[in-house]
Amino acid sequence: MAGKIHRVTSGRKYYNRPTRLSNRLTVRTTIYIRIRLPDTGNTYRTEGVLVLGTQIRVMGVQEQYPFDVEAVRADFPILDRLVGGDPESPGEGPGDDTPLVYLDSAATSQTPDPVVDTIVDYYRGYNANVHRGIHQLSQEASVAYEEAHDTVADFIGASGREEIVFTKNTTEAMNLVAYAWGLEELGPGDNVVLSQMEHHASLVTWQQIGKRTGADVRFIEVTDEGRLDMEHAAELIDDDTQMVSVVHVSNTLGTINPISELADLAHDHDAYVFADGAQSVPTRPVDVDDLGVDFLAFSGHKMCGPTGIGALYGREEILDEVQPYLYGGDMIRRVSFTDSTWEDLPWKFEAGTPSIAQGIAFAAAIEYLEEIGMQNVQAHEDLLAEYAYDELTDLGGVEIYGPPGNDRGGLVAFNVEGVHAHDLSSILNDYGVAIRAGDHCTQPLHDELGVAASARASFYLYNTVEEIDALVEAVGEARDLFA
Amino acid sequence: MRRATCSRRPAGRSCPRIDGTLLTHTGLFVTNMGLGSDMYRQQILDHYKNPRNYGELEDPDFTHVGENPSCGDTIQMQVALDDAGETIKAVRFTGDGCAISMASASMLSERLHGMSIEELDALDTDDITEMLGVDISPMRVKCAVLGRQVAQDGSKIHRDELDPDDRTKTEE
Repeated sequence: MAGKIHRVTSGRKYYNRPTRLSNRLTVRTTIYIRIRLPDTGNTYRTEGVLVLGTQIRVMGVQEQYPFDVEAVRADFPILDRLVGGDPESPGEGPGDDTPLVYLDSAATSQTPDPVVDTIVDYYRGYNANVHRGIHQLSQEASVAYEEAHDTVADFIGASGREEIVFTKNTTEAMNLVAYAWGLEELGPGDNVVLSQMEHHASLVTWQQIGKRTGADVRFIEVTDEGRLDMEHAAELIDDDTQMVSVVHVSNTLGTINPISELADLAHDHDAYVFADGAQSVPTRPVDVDDLGVDFLAFSGHKMCGPTGIGALYGREEILDEVQPYLYGGDMIRRVSFTDSTWEDLPWKFEAGTPSIAQGIAFAAAIEYLEEIGMQNVQAHEDLLAEYAYDELTDLGGVEIYGPPGNDRGGLVAFNVEGVHAHDLSSILNDYGVAIRAGDHCTQPLHDELGVAASARASFYLYNTVEEIDALVEAVGEARDLFA
Repeated sequence: MRRATCSRRPAGRSCPRIDGTLLTHTGLFVTNMGLGSDMYRQQILDHYKNPRNYGELEDPDFTHVGENPSCGDTIQMQVALDDAGETIKAVRFTGDGCAISMASASMLSERLHGMSIEELDALDTDDITEMLGVDISPMRVKCAVLGRQVAQDGSKIHRDELDPDDRTKTEE
């Protein structure tokens, strides 16, 4: 098999026992090598033998690399733009010559051409309000918008559109359940169990609902390694627990939380489980039955979709019982001056004209991801997270929060000794590297970590190992500048 | 990869690309100093690492604290006035935050010495930018002006022109 070795992308830290072959010290290990064949352009992953002090010898191609990252990047023209430099003279002037290295997908992902095209096609071809017109445009828009719910349902293993309510984002989905279910059902003596690593979307929402209803809000502690203390969880979840609301993948620590284990604990005490899937649904296969959750929330804009659209999954028998949260058009069946009855699920929770183009484009984003395969997206993220974790650790002077590199979601939050996160982000911006700096909407967790802010690099299917090299290089420059 | 430059090698070196071509290195990280790095000129870094007038006064005429909650930047300013209460005699500050906010507070503490209260009131964002001697990116102006705002608000509270319960911050 002829091909040029692109580069070793991972594995150098995971040697098996060194053995001597001929007169060289060799280490057999599973190293991921990306090989690109000039004729087909396909990339492959393989096992190799590392001969210390020389080059890698490829033993043979074992499996195809998950997908062709370069081909994916071609769907995201924004990744080609240049950034940095003088805002007074935009364009390719002095300073505006730095290739963008976009490492902020946990905040919002970029949008591929097929999704943008879907939005354009809607506005150019069949823009009309849904559910209220007999004319052809309204019919086409209604069918596409409704079918988008089916696509989302299939994607997470829900039984059908009845279980998928489109919302503005994850936060609104949280608030929907908190207001529609929480305000009605919770009271003094009840409790809601969260974790210390909750995003404000869940933390603030349940905290305030707790204040209004008198329900106790409890927090599962985070261990020094950044994992949930499951013994503490078992202590907190009791017969008065009505809801366990926990983030699936932490947007700060990268921790992948054992949601199904928590679901078992909660269900043993007849409590509901709500998983915040904002960081997990975009990056790995998620199945609501496997997780055993009653509710799941996620956002379109973190998974190649547009802003302004997200989804709440809720088990049908629960959603059936819950009263609407917003009243108005589109969600009613029959209205008199004195009373109203509600439309079927999910429409009874989607009052008013919804985000139609965004909903349809959300489905297009899911189709885009499914074509690549969520297993493959996860494999790529795992590889990048591990590489970034290792490289930043090797750099020195960098404190990384959360579990080790081989057991985390595709993000790394860190601080550089002596450099404030905002200064770091400003300097990285000058090198074209876009990261997030701040508290990432987890202020109480940062209080626990003892820092005011952190820098966070997050990865997605279009990111490359070379981009992480650029990150690490720039972090090193910042560290040296402040040394 | 469509990155036009590779950051790992010094300028002038070439490295083979996967498509068989050679890429000549530009030394990206040495030559490309735009706005962000420019903000961290030596003077700023010097004031950040060695803040002037850092600490507390024994007998201040007023003490005021401001905080930008989303950054976590906190600054306390203490000012002692002359007997007439019109001229700034001594300034001390303490704080915790990014290099821009801390360096700005440090430089301001030097600038305030001997300044009249009217002159303090009149300090605006341009004065601070000029004092820093660098262009501050729009997102970071709030960091640069926090120290000034704390001093101005503290002075106004001292003169009963501002409610002490109004919290000082410079971010939206």
